[in-house]
Amino acid sequence: MLLVEQFPVLIVTTGVFAGYTILIAGLVNRKSCAYIFLSVVFSHLIMSLFILHHVLTVGTIHYWLGGWRPPWGIEYVVDALNAYILVIVLFLSLMAGLYAKRYEEHKLEERKHVTYFTLFQLLVAGLCGVVVTGDVFNMYVLSEIVALTAYALIASPGGRTLKASYNYLVMGSVGICFYLLGIGFLYSVTGTLNMADMRILLPPLYQNRLVFVAYALILVGFSIKMALIPLHTWLPDAHAFAPSEISAMLSGIIIEVYTYAFIRISFSVFTVDFLRLLPIFDIISWIAAIAIIYGSVLAIAQINLKRMLAYSSVSQMGYIMLGVGLSISTRSALWGGLTPALMHILNHALMKGCLFLVAGAFIYKFNAWNITDLRGLGRKMPWTCGAFVLAAISMIGVPPSVGFVTKVYLIFAFVEAGNFIFMAILLLSALLNLVYFWRVIEILYMRPGGEEGHSEHHAEHAAPGKSEEIPLFMLIPVVTLASLCMIMGIVWLTEIPIVGAIPILDNVNKLFGLGAYTP
Amino acid sequence: MNPESTGYKRDVIIQTTAKLMVPFILVFGLYVMMGSEGTGGGFQGGCILAAAYILYVTAFGTEKGRVMMPESWNTFFTSLGLYLYDGAGLVAIILSLAAAQFLNYSAIWPLANILGIAEARGYMVAFVVDVGIGITVMAAFVSQFFDLAWKEKEEEKGE
Repeated sequence: MLLVEQFPVLIVTTGVFAGYTILIAGLVNRKSCAYIFLSVVFSHLIMSLFILHHVLTVGTIHYWLGGWRPPWGIEYVVDALNAYILVIVLFLSLMAGLYAKRYEEHKLEERKHVTYFTLFQLLVAGLCGVVVTGDVFNMYVLSEIVALTAYALIASPGGRTLKASYNYLVMGSVGICFYLLGIGFLYSVTGTLNMADMRILLPPLYQNRLVFVAYALILVGFSIKMALIPLHTWLPDAHAFAPSEISAMLSGIIIEVYTYAFIRISFSVFTVDFLRLLPIFDIISWIAAIAIIYGSVLAIAQINLKRMLAYSSVSQMGYIMLGVGLSISTRSALWGGLTPALMHILNHALMKGCLFLVAGAFIYKFNAWNITDLRGLGRKMPWTCGAFVLAAISMIGVPPSVGFVTKVYLIFAFVEAGNFIFMAILLLSALLNLVYFWRVIEILYMRPGGEEGHSEHHAEHAAPGKSEEIPLFMLIPVVTLASLCMIMGIVWLTEIPIVGAIPILDNVNKLFGLGAYTP
Repeated sequence: MNPESTGYKRDVIIQTTAKLMVPFILVFGLYVMMGSEGTGGGFQGGCILAAAYILYVTAFGTEKGRVMMPESWNTFFTSLGLYLYDGAGLVAIILSLAAAQFLNYSAIWPLANILGIAEARGYMVAFVVDVGIGITVMAAFVSQFFDLAWKEKEEEKGE
């Protein structure tokens, strides 16, 4: 057995191990917690890159825990889809962790530091677990770890976050109960919990009502978790009041991990044949199209910057789910199948991660929550605001940014599916994005001074000539994510003529029999 | 123990009963945790151990209870339990130099033969995992109990 095949399970188990080590290390030295967290997540990121390389060159990793054969034991399966999501999860966690070090020293009470990083480490371990597992019940257990730590992290500043966290707790628990009920139904008809085994046992039962009900329950459960309209009501408060790097994690990766889980259940447990029996994915496409418009319109109405970004997340989840919805009806090698949806998972993690971290920087420095408080900050914090502008124009879809690439791929997919209403919706959404992001950019750069706005909060910061940039530890992740918004856009674009299709996403389509590999 | 400091009047009957019962509850907790034959219930055993401690605190007051088990010890026990049951899996990877899977003890069979623990192998693993779960559950319950108990006391002081 190769060492790299141990990595999926090592990422999860050493992640949990490290979480509790942070708890003990906090007794000795509070400052060490952040460094332990960062070193562990960084080493896990390296491991995940090795896994991605191994999966693309050698093939899928099947890991039997305890050496038990799959239908009896728990199996961890890592293919191109998991490995891709795993790298995104760990990369964004590393960025959020770097940012959290200084942000939480400033914002959070000192006694909460140790448990904050413990929970953060457990959250990352749980996310990795949801991604690598090949067992439906194991996925439930690990998503509960994610959910419980996320509730606590959202509530960590206290005060008004408690209500947002409680709201998320109720909605999230209902969602995961739907999922549990769904896998309970599947277990009652197949007698197995392993995904690969279930895939073999299910086809003769496709006409069974119980299987349809199970799929519907799982769809509703994950729709709550990934904040699809009209089940998104927990999202705006939770995103707006959580600590900023947790907002970035929530919006950038946690809701995407549940999208991943939905894709995994839809294509690995059920198959394309099942999904074609009923117009499930057409319905998802239309719901996603409504989400795009609804999220964008409500984002325009917000005065709180983080709340605006939260509604923008609702709209961006619409993009991803629209890509998923169209995946079974497109056959192109380039934009067919899951390619646009998976592409946007990475793109959204970069863009929204960056935007939430910048929103946190304004709160860190000037306690500026509302958009109107940001007057004239463009000159005071040039690097941070520059990063904001890069990420914002990515959201709007200016070439060669990542947002542009997603939109182009989606438009090609619409043309192939022959649906021009979606195309109109996408273009309208780009315009609406322009409206609400341009408003912020205008206030940042083109409104004068604004000394009266925030000088009374932080008179010491308003001294003339003094740099008001955020600390380096916070600036590095912000600038990295913003520059990646452009770099990844160019990478996605230039790979089109060279390889013919993006290799990772092509592998995923091959695995599920989508796109050019449709039988 | 100073009854006036906490505002409660401690009852001698409760204190004597608690003193008598705590050792038996602890032994019963360990019995449940380890089991008479094969494996026991780590979670249930941990709950019973925590119940013994909570009985002690109800009889003698939170301050004396805190002296018996400081917060740092509680944190340490929480982690220790997890180390035991996560380590029980990781040890299979480490001892076989990454040749065996997590929790796969059959692959380190030769090593167990050399050490002379071959026949007790499965039993020992289950034992370590159960004790680990028990310790973590106990520490978590005690910590929850204290979170609620301390708050109540502070509120009373405020009144």
